[in-house]
Amino acid sequence: MTKYILKRIFYLFVTLFIIASLTFFLMKLLPGTPFSNQNRMSPDQLKIVKAQYGLDQSVFVQYIRYMGGLLQGNLGTSFQFNNEPVTALIGQRLAPSMQIGAQAMIVGTIGGILLGAVAAIRKNTWADTLATFVSILGLSIPSFVLAVLLQFYLAYKWRIFPVALWDNFQSSILPTLALAAMPLGSVARFMRTEMVDVMSSDYIELAKSKGNSSWGVVVKHALRNSLIPVVTIIGPMAVSVMTGSMVVENIFSIPGIGEQFVKSITTNDYPTIMGLTIFYSFLLIIVYLIVDILYGLIDPRIRLGNGGKE
Amino acid sequence: MEQIPQIPKEKFKLVHDENNKDQEKIGTPSLTYMQDVRRRLFKNKVAVVCLTLLTIIVAISILAPIVAPHNPNAQQVTMSNLPPKLGNLNIPGMNGYQNMGGKMVDAYKQAEAPKGTFYILGTDYLGRDLLSRIIYGTRLSLVVAVLATLVDLIIGVPYGLVSGWKGGKTDTFMQRIVEIVSSVPNLIVVILMMIVLKPGLTSIVIAIAITGWVTMARLVRAQTFQLKEQEYVLAARTLGESSTKIATKHLIPNLSSTIIIQTMFTIPNAIFFEAFLSFIGIGIPAPNASLGTLLSDGQKAFRFLPYQMWAPAIILSIIMIATNLLGDGLRDAFDPQSSEN
Repeated sequence: MTKYILKRIFYLFVTLFIIASLTFFLMKLLPGTPFSNQNRMSPDQLKIVKAQYGLDQSVFVQYIRYMGGLLQGNLGTSFQFNNEPVTALIGQRLAPSMQIGAQAMIVGTIGGILLGAVAAIRKNTWADTLATFVSILGLSIPSFVLAVLLQFYLAYKWRIFPVALWDNFQSSILPTLALAAMPLGSVARFMRTEMVDVMSSDYIELAKSKGNSSWGVVVKHALRNSLIPVVTIIGPMAVSVMTGSMVVENIFSIPGIGEQFVKSITTNDYPTIMGLTIFYSFLLIIVYLIVDILYGLIDPRIRLGNGGKE
Repeated sequence: MEQIPQIPKEKFKLVHDENNKDQEKIGTPSLTYMQDVRRRLFKNKVAVVCLTLLTIIVAISILAPIVAPHNPNAQQVTMSNLPPKLGNLNIPGMNGYQNMGGKMVDAYKQAEAPKGTFYILGTDYLGRDLLSRIIYGTRLSLVVAVLATLVDLIIGVPYGLVSGWKGGKTDTFMQRIVEIVSSVPNLIVVILMMIVLKPGLTSIVIAIAITGWVTMARLVRAQTFQLKEQEYVLAARTLGESSTKIATKHLIPNLSSTIIIQTMFTIPNAIFFEAFLSFIGIGIPAPNASLGTLLSDGQKAFRFLPYQMWAPAIILSIIMIATNLLGDGLRDAFDPQSSEN
């Protein structure tokens, strides 16, 4: 197990190195410079500005510098946002994104578990059909479509929530709902399949025949055993929440990382794009790693290392 | 030696001759695997409905130049932001009336539209017909989906086949590549590629292609591993059949269910990515319509002109739901065990 974890961590760094290099060279290929709009700058001034950002060096020197900076946790300086270091930018904007993301994951997971469990226990009834319908809707409707519709009805038409604002908990409800739909759908589907499987297994029959209440059987035996595989979909869920957050934050004008990412793309702000790309990748890879290790710990049947599959 | 008593032939007689014949008869025609799959698929009502819906949508988008009532990019500024109107039928919400300061006003009269002009889904801020734009946008989404699927088939399937068939060092090496590609979040790759390439259809497909094939390659590899241990493959090998022939004759037909099912999940993914990229503004460039750009435009004006947002949102959702449900139906049809537990 330790060997497996060490191997995974090694891979993590290899992947991050590749991503960082790739992003760097891709950014260098980009057409246009962040200074192309400043026509009024004289060649001398342009030279000074370029020297300030180290853009007068050769690409290779810039690459070495950038990678060296990365090792020290320095992601460079933003071209557009008041010369702020990218790490500081991320730091300022991390909290709202994390809050919405975490809320969406919690709401989605708990809602999905309940929905899936109800569907499995009341299999082939109207409750099952309804739950399946809700989960397929959650899975299929893109989060930005849902966000726009929620904003129109709940915020604009019925004025239950603020349209776009970021100050208190109330303003985080709509973005959370929009982001939670996808995790909710996938957890519910997964949970239903697992639970139907578990409900027909021998130990559930035994627990029932011993005279346990059906409620007790469900909570004590069925639910617990169905929960294990749900851990595996946390990774993909995190990805979808992050994807969603980019547009959802834009729709609701939330000062988060996703909104920042989209903004920096449209303004050719290379250091910020690079920094955020590396940051996002890092987060996702860590999530995947934790999920894999967790799964190995929870379910001893899964053999880690050596592929584990064949 | 004891004499075996001879039994005369006449003593042998079939009992219930007629009945036996019936018992031995095979009542239903024997089905091939594909026929069986088709039968199970068509028994699934949800899948049939989705298939019909998708067929209609595909047909409309193929016939877009004929079906679309207007040119999707033709601007007519005098006719901007007209609400939906369906002929002279007086259906609320479809009669060309618009709420202006609390009063319902005939927007077509105000815009001085010639008699008989109507836009079924209204027009956008440049006076372009929304229905035509949606038809063309859907067409574009489907083109992206088809191209992404092709990439999946052209890169993913052979990659998985080779990796699984060769095994050993080749497999290890190829799997390391897969591991690295799949550990990079595909959204990030897609966004990076879109920044570097010029926005447009080709770039979207390239961007999706770079990451899209990985899942397919993995599934195909895992299945190939199982298949290559089968007796019929061993027999083909013993008879000196070449690897390519074994792949095309024995492996691919047996992999078809995996491939078809995975394809059904590639399609909604590709459509989602296109809409997503266009929505954040790095997808399909300006004059052309895509469901993502339509949604993004609609969202900006949704306070006053909600119909501009509704129509693309509904179409996009229908396509996503239908492909997902059809994918489920196909999986159940190919592998009935998966749904019977």
